[in-house]
Amino acid sequence: MGMTMTQKILAAHAGLPSVRAGDLIEAKLDLVLGNDVTTPVAIGVFEAAGFERVFDPEKITVVLDHYTPCKDIKSAELCATARAFARKHGISHLYDTGAAGIEHALLPELGLVGPGDCVIGADSHTCTYGALGAFSTGVGSTDMAAGMAAGENWFRVPDAIRVVLTGSFRPFVSGKDVILDLIGRIGVDGALYQSLEFTGPGVAALSMDDRFTIANMAIEAGAKNGIFPVDDKTLEYGKGRFRREIRIFEADPDAHYARTVEIDLDALEPTVALPHLPSNTRPVSAVKGLPINQVVIGSCTNGRISDLRAAAAILKGRCVAPGLRCIVIPATQAVYLQCLEEGLAKIFIESGCALSTPTCGPCLGGHMGVMSAGERAVATTNRNFVGRMGHVKSEVILANPAVAAASAVRGCVADPAELEQEGCTC
Amino acid sequence: MLNGTVFHYGDNVDTDVIIPARYLNAPSPAELAKHCMEDIDAEFVNKVRPGDVMVAGWNFGCGSSREHAPIAIQASGVSCVIAASFARIFYRNAINIGFPILECPEAAEKIRSGDRVSVDLTTGEIQDETTGETFHAAAPPAFIGNIIAKGGLLAYLKDKVNR
Repeated sequence: MGMTMTQKILAAHAGLPSVRAGDLIEAKLDLVLGNDVTTPVAIGVFEAAGFERVFDPEKITVVLDHYTPCKDIKSAELCATARAFARKHGISHLYDTGAAGIEHALLPELGLVGPGDCVIGADSHTCTYGALGAFSTGVGSTDMAAGMAAGENWFRVPDAIRVVLTGSFRPFVSGKDVILDLIGRIGVDGALYQSLEFTGPGVAALSMDDRFTIANMAIEAGAKNGIFPVDDKTLEYGKGRFRREIRIFEADPDAHYARTVEIDLDALEPTVALPHLPSNTRPVSAVKGLPINQVVIGSCTNGRISDLRAAAAILKGRCVAPGLRCIVIPATQAVYLQCLEEGLAKIFIESGCALSTPTCGPCLGGHMGVMSAGERAVATTNRNFVGRMGHVKSEVILANPAVAAASAVRGCVADPAELEQEGCTC
Repeated sequence: MLNGTVFHYGDNVDTDVIIPARYLNAPSPAELAKHCMEDIDAEFVNKVRPGDVMVAGWNFGCGSSREHAPIAIQASGVSCVIAASFARIFYRNAINIGFPILECPEAAEKIRSGDRVSVDLTTGEIQDETTGETFHAAAPPAFIGNIIAKGGLLAYLKDKVNR
């Protein structure tokens, strides 16, 4: 029986000719990632076990992105612990305030991950790099410690769901709507312990940023990873960027899939997920008018340049609704700079948005936009769990950047297509 | 043999309610335990006693990869979690820190909050002493059993690296 793309990457890293779903294997790692929340815990585990050296300092990356620039003394201490460890072990890929961006936007941008890689990260959205044709998955801090010590880890080889994409997007629809639609259809545990393997003629129409957004939220369907085939767009993106020799893997024609889900991109509408699960999806047209207090545009899901361009296109010549706060967070320093160079920063500020330095911040209720009881946000982030962005009685509605920007202008959940017809308002 | 009173929760209990992100910058187990389950059951930390058992539905521990979640539950005194299914990162994290978890959909459905249960981790037998019902959870695969037997993932790897 043939192998899926994920199975082939795992087999290659385990030094095995083939693997089957359910096999327990030990695979070599090309990169081990941690952040300011998870790395200090991993360091504690690493040191308590008595390890004195990391397997390869060049293959470990630490990104201080969650509570940074440090929001309080405790957060500062976490960062200090991570910095000291990196210094001690010669880990040069530590990205601190001023260089840091949100890890899952930063690592691809820097070329630290590429096609065919096997990557673990102590952050659940590590699955983002599947957009590049890598196997990458989120793990906990003990797994990170194990990866740092041994350069390998154990995996149960996953079965897969094949997601066949056809067609191309209508206006104001993007990668976020694909993944929200999919999660709405299969549920938050619909792909538990499985891979989501995206394929079909629709893939070619997706930008790399769309693919990052889709792979990023594979975890929200319970998946171990989400993965895209490597095509011309991947190679173009990686030109002069990928630091390792790339390895291109393709699923065998006779690979086994647990099921196949088809998504017609032409039929997709801008989609939102209502509180308190990412699977609680509706077309935006069904819930427009719902009052909101805050909009957040950013995160590892939707903080890349094409996301900010989509938001700016809506906000240009318009104003954020009175009484509403709109916080825009470019995911990396490079994206921030590009916002300045392309004039997007001016659009955001003139329309009344707060433009923040890169941080995960409000996505996880950390800082830079935490909500009080009774408040509701439309956010381009990835989770709308109870209390995710602040008070246990606050609510988050997940949406794409165009919907978020339109909602910021209207002061309620809004359809960008309707706003377009009205023209500029300020 | 573990023995305790049950705290029962529903499906999709996520790591944000197990330990909200606002406490993740205080990663000592005792500090995390003070806020365990705070956003889903504010009374949990006042009621839980050493040895108590958490029982929940499908996809327990979904969401963030924060190992702080099983650490918080373990430090609160809970002796094991029984669920219909576990989200995969939580599942790995629990194994890796040596915290017992059992997958048993039937037990998850029938056991109620406040029941007294006993759990035999070697056989996977779960006894609801309040109702008299017995359930059987599947034993972990041998590979995972070996990690647990070595005392967790790091001890397992240390052994391997030194060889």
